[in-house]
Amino acid sequence: MRAAIAAMVLLGVAVVGLQALDDRARAALVPQEAAADLLYVQSPDVLTRASLSYTALVADLYWIRAVQYYGGMRLSNGEKKYDLLYPLLDLTTSLDPRFDIAYRFGAIFLAEDYPGGAGRPDLAIALLQKGLRAQPGKWQFAEDVGFVHYWWLHDPTTAADWFNRAGDMPGAAEWLKPLAAVTLAEGSNRESSRRLWREIGRTAEVEWFRRQADFRLKQLDAMDGIDVLERAVQMYRERAGAYPASWPDLIRAGLVRRIPADPTGLPFRLDASNGKVTLDPASSLNPLPAIEQAR
Amino acid sequence: MKVIGLVAVNVFKESVRDKVLYSIVAFAVMLMSTTYLIGQLTAGQDIKIIKDLGLASISIFGLLIAIFIGIGLVWKEVEKRSIYTLLPKPMRRQEFLLGKYFGLVLTLVINIAVMTAAFYLVLALMRLLEPGIDAVSAAPATDAAMLKAIALVVVELMLVTAIALFFSTFSSPFLSALLTAGLWVAGHFNSDLRNFGAVVASPTLAQLTRAMYYVLPNFSAFDVKSQVVHAQAVPASYVALTCAYGLTYIALVLVGAAAIFARRDFK
Repeated sequence: MRAAIAAMVLLGVAVVGLQALDDRARAALVPQEAAADLLYVQSPDVLTRASLSYTALVADLYWIRAVQYYGGMRLSNGEKKYDLLYPLLDLTTSLDPRFDIAYRFGAIFLAEDYPGGAGRPDLAIALLQKGLRAQPGKWQFAEDVGFVHYWWLHDPTTAADWFNRAGDMPGAAEWLKPLAAVTLAEGSNRESSRRLWREIGRTAEVEWFRRQADFRLKQLDAMDGIDVLERAVQMYRERAGAYPASWPDLIRAGLVRRIPADPTGLPFRLDASNGKVTLDPASSLNPLPAIEQAR
Repeated sequence: MKVIGLVAVNVFKESVRDKVLYSIVAFAVMLMSTTYLIGQLTAGQDIKIIKDLGLASISIFGLLIAIFIGIGLVWKEVEKRSIYTLLPKPMRRQEFLLGKYFGLVLTLVINIAVMTAAFYLVLALMRLLEPGIDAVSAAPATDAAMLKAIALVVVELMLVTAIALFFSTFSSPFLSALLTAGLWVAGHFNSDLRNFGAVVASPTLAQLTRAMYYVLPNFSAFDVKSQVVHAQAVPASYVALTCAYGLTYIALVLVGAAAIFARRDFK
């Protein structure tokens, strides 16, 4: 018996070792990126039929794959390609047309600016509209379409239209109609963006949305901070005749009290050549969205 | 009736001896470990995915038991030649066959009952550890409506068992497994047969496919897993009607199996 156990341990170690060697040899044969970019079944119809009575489970597997694909690409150091993101989300939602979060998160993954996301708000809208065709009463999808128009396409008129449509749906949140009016009146500015994110954060059922709202509000605070600091830099220039070389110059001039930091705690960067204030490149708030301040 | 009961209990005992109930342990371990993993892999959809996985696993584990034990019920007795000592006993062949069937159904029902209890326990634990989890999903974590889906899975598996037993009365285990699995897969494409008439030019072919639609077992009717997970209403009348369809089909298959088994020559 002991000899058998020893032999099994030895063979087990050999198997693991050979597998590791084989992985290296295989990496030379098949580049990892090519392997990751493989989607064996592309047709939702074929996959739905082949899943028999386990479509929901197969949808879950594709959803997990979509999340892993997006996360893996976002965190990778190489070239980020999101080519498979939409097909994966399309398959997931075809297999389980009521998989609400796949539409909502999927739209965020697709709409987010490259390289943080696929930079495809058009596909995000297509996915959400597919969701609306499957569940015409789902006001959250209409709200999300409005949001993509507002935040990523900077089109407040169409956004207001979608917020209105969402507000007309049964059971919709009561803040959608006022939001539509504000969006239409004020256009795309930081204050209406802040209001939108506050409502999303306040009413979010999923923790991820709350975190996302918190992150976006921090970005907006950072943008406000940058505006205040750039005004201080201009005041310094008017007094001293040159841009400050560093933050201590502004502190000595009494224009700021301490080295200013963004909401994550990292100090802002000051460009002495043109007086521009930016986030530290290491700040998790990068890149800041292209929302203008109301003048 | 007593004879059927005795044979059935014997089949159940045999399945316990054959470690069939170990599948429950495998199910519980898989579900517990997946619960932890899923939380790391998905974006806040743990409950939905655990429910999908739990319901699909109950169905898959049951299907494997129904097919692979169902096909051996008669064949094992013939192979071990114990059929020669059983048949001269004061027992009709039909009673022997029905006893075998109900024995395996008993095994399946006990398996599924324990798996269901483990499934609800895992969901209740998740609810206890994350109190706000119900707000995220369409239905409460321990939604009793899932029992409707499980009840239909039981009837579906009873039908699969009957079909496996039917084939095993005249065919080899390999062929029986192949035919049962084939019929199960075909039964999921049944709705396509109904609509086939719309795409073929020949009226004869259209009638033939429509006839096949009614003859082949409609396994897709037993699947309401997705509906219960998404808190869609599954009327009790639908469950009752589908159960009635399944039980009638089972009776039909068992009558056929009994007729074949009664005439089979074991010499």
